[in-house]
Amino acid sequence: MSGQHVVHAHEEPQSFLRRYIFSTDHKVIGIQYYLTAMVMALVGGTLAMLIRLQLGWPEAKWPLLAKLFPRGMSGGVMNPDFYLALITMHGTLMIFFVVSLGLVSGFGNYLLPLHIGARDMAFPFLNMLSYWTVVPACVIMLASFFVEGGAAASGWTAYPPLSAVEQAVPGSGLGQTLWILGMALFIASFTMGGLNFVTTILNERTRGMSMMRLPLFIWTLLIASILGLLAFPPLTAAAILLLFDRHGGTSFFLPSGLYFGERVLPHSGGSPLLWQHLFWFLGHPEVYVLILPALGIALDLLPPFTRKPIFGYRLTVYSLIAIGVLSMIVWGHHMFVSGMNPYVGEFFAIGTLAITIPSAIIGFNLIASLWGARLQLRTPALFALGSIAFFGTGGFGGIFLGNATSDIQLHDTYFVVGHFHFMIGGVTLLALFGGTYYWFPKMFGRMMNERLGKIHFWVTFVAFYAVFLTQHFLGIGGMPRRYYAFSKFEFLAPIRDLNEFISLAAFVLGAAQLVFLFNFFWSLFRGARAEQNPWRATTLEWVAPTPPPHGNWGETTPEVHRWPYDYSVPGAPEDFTPQTVPPTVVEVTR
Amino acid sequence: MREVLDVKAHVEDVRIWGDFRMPPSEDGRRDGCDGGSDRGERLPIPSARLGLWIFLGTVTMLFAGFTSAYLVRQAGSDWQPIPRPPILWVNTGVLLLSSFLLEIGRRRASPRRWGAGATFLGVLFLLGQLLVWRALRAQGVYLPTNPHSSFFYILTGVHGAHVVGGIIALLSGLVLAGRDVSEERLSHRLSLCATYWHFVGGVWLYLLCVLFLF
Repeated sequence: MSGQHVVHAHEEPQSFLRRYIFSTDHKVIGIQYYLTAMVMALVGGTLAMLIRLQLGWPEAKWPLLAKLFPRGMSGGVMNPDFYLALITMHGTLMIFFVVSLGLVSGFGNYLLPLHIGARDMAFPFLNMLSYWTVVPACVIMLASFFVEGGAAASGWTAYPPLSAVEQAVPGSGLGQTLWILGMALFIASFTMGGLNFVTTILNERTRGMSMMRLPLFIWTLLIASILGLLAFPPLTAAAILLLFDRHGGTSFFLPSGLYFGERVLPHSGGSPLLWQHLFWFLGHPEVYVLILPALGIALDLLPPFTRKPIFGYRLTVYSLIAIGVLSMIVWGHHMFVSGMNPYVGEFFAIGTLAITIPSAIIGFNLIASLWGARLQLRTPALFALGSIAFFGTGGFGGIFLGNATSDIQLHDTYFVVGHFHFMIGGVTLLALFGGTYYWFPKMFGRMMNERLGKIHFWVTFVAFYAVFLTQHFLGIGGMPRRYYAFSKFEFLAPIRDLNEFISLAAFVLGAAQLVFLFNFFWSLFRGARAEQNPWRATTLEWVAPTPPPHGNWGETTPEVHRWPYDYSVPGAPEDFTPQTVPPTVVEVTR
Repeated sequence: MREVLDVKAHVEDVRIWGDFRMPPSEDGRRDGCDGGSDRGERLPIPSARLGLWIFLGTVTMLFAGFTSAYLVRQAGSDWQPIPRPPILWVNTGVLLLSSFLLEIGRRRASPRRWGAGATFLGVLFLLGQLLVWRALRAQGVYLPTNPHSSFFYILTGVHGAHVVGGIIALLSGLVLAGRDVSEERLSHRLSLCATYWHFVGGVWLYLLCVLFLF
């Protein structure tokens, strides 16, 4: 026994700093990512509330807010520059610093080695470095609110000339430079993480864990990481060029004849369209970097609560790969109105509509997985089902936007805002929540409160539809995005009430997340103690001790004998057969 | 019935796993060398090398991004080719020679001398590139002068940053060589450095073609 203790002490760093702060343990890093994402979500969510406050009551005065934001809301009325900074930073934070960090880096780091039976990531030091590169990125992004001119205001897409001419709007100054710097650090961090994910999945699987026995979440992580690794570098290139346009006097993205004040700017010959192409070459695959792991979680959360295998495993894997490939060649559908040869537009439209085929296959597989199920509506299952519902609703809107003919009508309206919030906002967040309720017992050894979880789900689900489905109709009615106020447009007068309704629903949506936060921290200390395998699930993480020690497994890593979805195998004594059960005990179905 | 009991026993086993302590690390692969006994399914390539190839893939995409920007911008009406300083050819020769030395070191599994030579030539290449910048400046060709000069400075700069990364990797390898480490680990490290170094040399040839041939 004492010998074991010596080994233990030798392996796991004992100092607080090496154990919890600069740890190379994938589980600590995963939780660090998750909590960082939670902090960023609080900021991003607050920004959303301020945006809705402005859109719901554009001319109202809020004296209290004037005290909180003396510059942005001087006199209690939001000024337009502040509004632009809000929407820019809301998008940037939510996409890169909440969903990417929480869903991909957070759950990815925590679960990947556990799911495949590894002791850690392939490169643990690189993993630590990756986290500690994203921390300064977060700090820089948040700090940009407090510099002269405020945070970046050119949208999360940072289109030039707004992002390239320092004098364009107040946020185009130091705020924009910090935005580029923060993104550069984020990309560096994500590259290190992606590198680690791909290598670990391909090379660190335990005995018997063939590729076709991987849980689908791991497949989605693999494809998402490859997409990120291929799509982020061109944006890095574009960001370097943008930096030189801003500070080096070059003209990559700036055309001639730009005026500022009384002065003609010295740039000439650049093309703002070039930025858009390079940006969306990342921007579109990034959508899949976020949504594929979300679907992976939804796919993996179903079997424990339907007590039956996932439907169409192989076809789902092939569809995920097809989505990955297609997502690299459809970026142009974000630019149908930017000036594009109609034939090129046709190419992008066909590619986009082709993506609906593998997406629909996955959607149908999800629904077919429910057929004949003994459905147990626990909180994680509710969130997984909600995620599928959002995927269907959002995907339906996508058909209209992927088609150039209808997109030209709907472009830059709230139809687009509603659509992408369902996809990269709704599907991903519900999966993130579902994953939290499901893996919380593994991460912290306690169960989250079921009643609060259900309240959280239903309020979120209904309020989300109230906000973002309604926005589709505003878009059809012609309400443009990014505008600071709509009170001056006569044709939008009939939908003013709808905007108030959306704002109220958005506040309810925001309040529901406070229930989640309370549940999370309350359960951390007061939740019921979790069993080793509370959901009676089959995947490897439930075989590891709870919470898993440094190195995850006992003397040897587990050996895998079957695929991860052996539920209700005929003849098996239990309705779940963990992946480690040998074929001599229960027949191997796959 | 016996089978039923077996499953129950197995499930019990699984629960008991919680009492196990962390075992001694068998797979000491933290420095990229693959040892390890209880390794499972994997590709026939060590993790460090696989990671390196994936990284080279992302760097390729970085330069692909620059290339597409270059091609689009080149079509602009204000594009004027800049003169090609002759010293570029000398630099190219130096970098290729450096790659050559490293390859000899890898084949002969004698990292120290050949690695040091390659590193020295790498530094020489960087100094040569600075001379190129100086020569262009002397001719009045600056970063914002025209799009071709902008691309020239930025692409050589970004490539130079990758060369600096390679030199740091080589130097850390040489430091390792000075210590008492196994020859196997050393040659593994040298082999990884050589792959990266050849890649950086290849990128340089590619950039030369993009900047001055098309």
